[in-house]
Amino acid sequence: MECVGLHYRPAGGNRAGHEVLRDLSFDIPEGGFRWLLGPSGAGKTSLLRLLHLAIRPTSGRLTVMDTEVGDAGRRALPALRRRIGMVFQDFRLLPHLSAYDNVALPLRIAGRPEGQIRADVTETMRWVALDKKAKSRPAELSGGEQQRVAIARAVVGRPVLLLADEPTGNLDDIQAERLMVMLTELNRLGTTVIVATHNDALVTRHPGPALRLNNGRLLASG
Amino acid sequence: MARNLLRPARFDDLGLRRALGDRMLLLLVAAMAFLAALALAGVVGVRALAAHWQEGAGSALTVQVPRPADQEGGQTRIARVLAVLHDIPGVASARKLSQTELAELLRPWLSDGAELMAIRLPAVIAVRLAAGAPNPEQLGARLAAAVPGTLTESHGMWVQRLSLLAGSLQACAWLALAVVAAVAAAVVAIATRAGLAARREAIEIVHGLGATDGYIADRFASRATGLAAIGGGLGALAALPVLLVLARLAAPFAAARPEAAADASGLAMLAALPPPLWLTLPVLPLAAAAIGFLTAQVTVRRWLRRLP
Repeated sequence: MECVGLHYRPAGGNRAGHEVLRDLSFDIPEGGFRWLLGPSGAGKTSLLRLLHLAIRPTSGRLTVMDTEVGDAGRRALPALRRRIGMVFQDFRLLPHLSAYDNVALPLRIAGRPEGQIRADVTETMRWVALDKKAKSRPAELSGGEQQRVAIARAVVGRPVLLLADEPTGNLDDIQAERLMVMLTELNRLGTTVIVATHNDALVTRHPGPALRLNNGRLLASG
Repeated sequence: MARNLLRPARFDDLGLRRALGDRMLLLLVAAMAFLAALALAGVVGVRALAAHWQEGAGSALTVQVPRPADQEGGQTRIARVLAVLHDIPGVASARKLSQTELAELLRPWLSDGAELMAIRLPAVIAVRLAAGAPNPEQLGARLAAAVPGTLTESHGMWVQRLSLLAGSLQACAWLALAVVAAVAAAVVAIATRAGLAARREAIEIVHGLGATDGYIADRFASRATGLAAIGGGLGALAALPVLLVLARLAAPFAAARPEAAADASGLAMLAALPPPLWLTLPVLPLAAAAIGFLTAQVTVRRWLRRLP
């Protein structure tokens, strides 16, 4: 996955807008790991949204998994998105579905057989230690549990690229540590992992290459 | 398809069961189907009446013979005309109306006194033409040559006027049907848009998880299709008693089944409904379902274009 020369203005609002990201250029090899660091408002979430194909760059060339996003038609993107797992800062779970159904959602969208879905979802929920809460709705879960549901949903489809926006924000240190072990494990199995955080302690404990953003600019890469 | 069968039947990822207001949509579609049924009845009824008139009048002629009893060439004038008519190929039947039948025809104008009045009435012959008959003008000319003073009147002019009227009525009914369909589509589109607005976040989440436009549109379309089909069925059912009453009122004009019209029992009333209407009424829920499906698909797919 490479991302070359990226320049982005937010969609909507006035045409001129303000630049959220400016002239970003970096390249993450397949199976790589990157911390995405920077203060609030630096553009971390915008960069993740770009990589998740939730928005398109307004300038520059963005290549995700060998697909040039700027040129790709709308029809090409859903298949690409299914290979990307995303953990949102605000979880973005569907409130009317149980934890199980939330985790199963990506597999159902991909049209997997229900038998395989059951096996994969059960295993993933056990992995995030939520197998006992499978029937609970998000509102009945704590913040940390909701975050783990969001993580389970992001990894259940064995994505090629995993994006996580402050995935430890609602977790205590032990859970955060567990999550890092899970992410490292996924990375070791070949998934490209990008984790945005400002939990410096976590980064110190798990040193790795980082993309440092400030004010929409890339300060350091690698 | 097998994998869809395996999907839990109640799995409602977009939460449409609550978002796509069912009662209002159901009621509005039912109302549209009710109107459509009435318009359809108009189309079918007018067509039946027109066919009946054309069949009855198109091939019929009336020949008036003044002073029928006068002798002419050794025969009464009426006998001569009848003889000429019988010799013309293509004349299926030529029947002299009896005095009572004439009186019956004149009753609206002269009341019961027609027979008593000292008017010398011409004899009237009802002629039915089969295929291969000469046209009414030629036939009239031949009769007038044989027996001067004979008047031949074809009903063609009236049939033409009635056909024009029937055609216009049918066009109006079709137009009403088209307007009803358009309004039904608009109703479904509005309901779908409301559902999209209410479920925007869920749609964005599902979209972000890699759902295609087709996946999301199918969700909305299957719900809209189901609701529209039920609404269409309810509307058609509600229209049935009204149509039966109308059919009963129209029966004497169409004279299709006078015995059914006279009999007020339930079964006979059902039989009074023209068969084409029986065929088209079940089509209403299907048509409503099709409108629901197509409208929801188009509305959702157009809306989804705003997402990358």
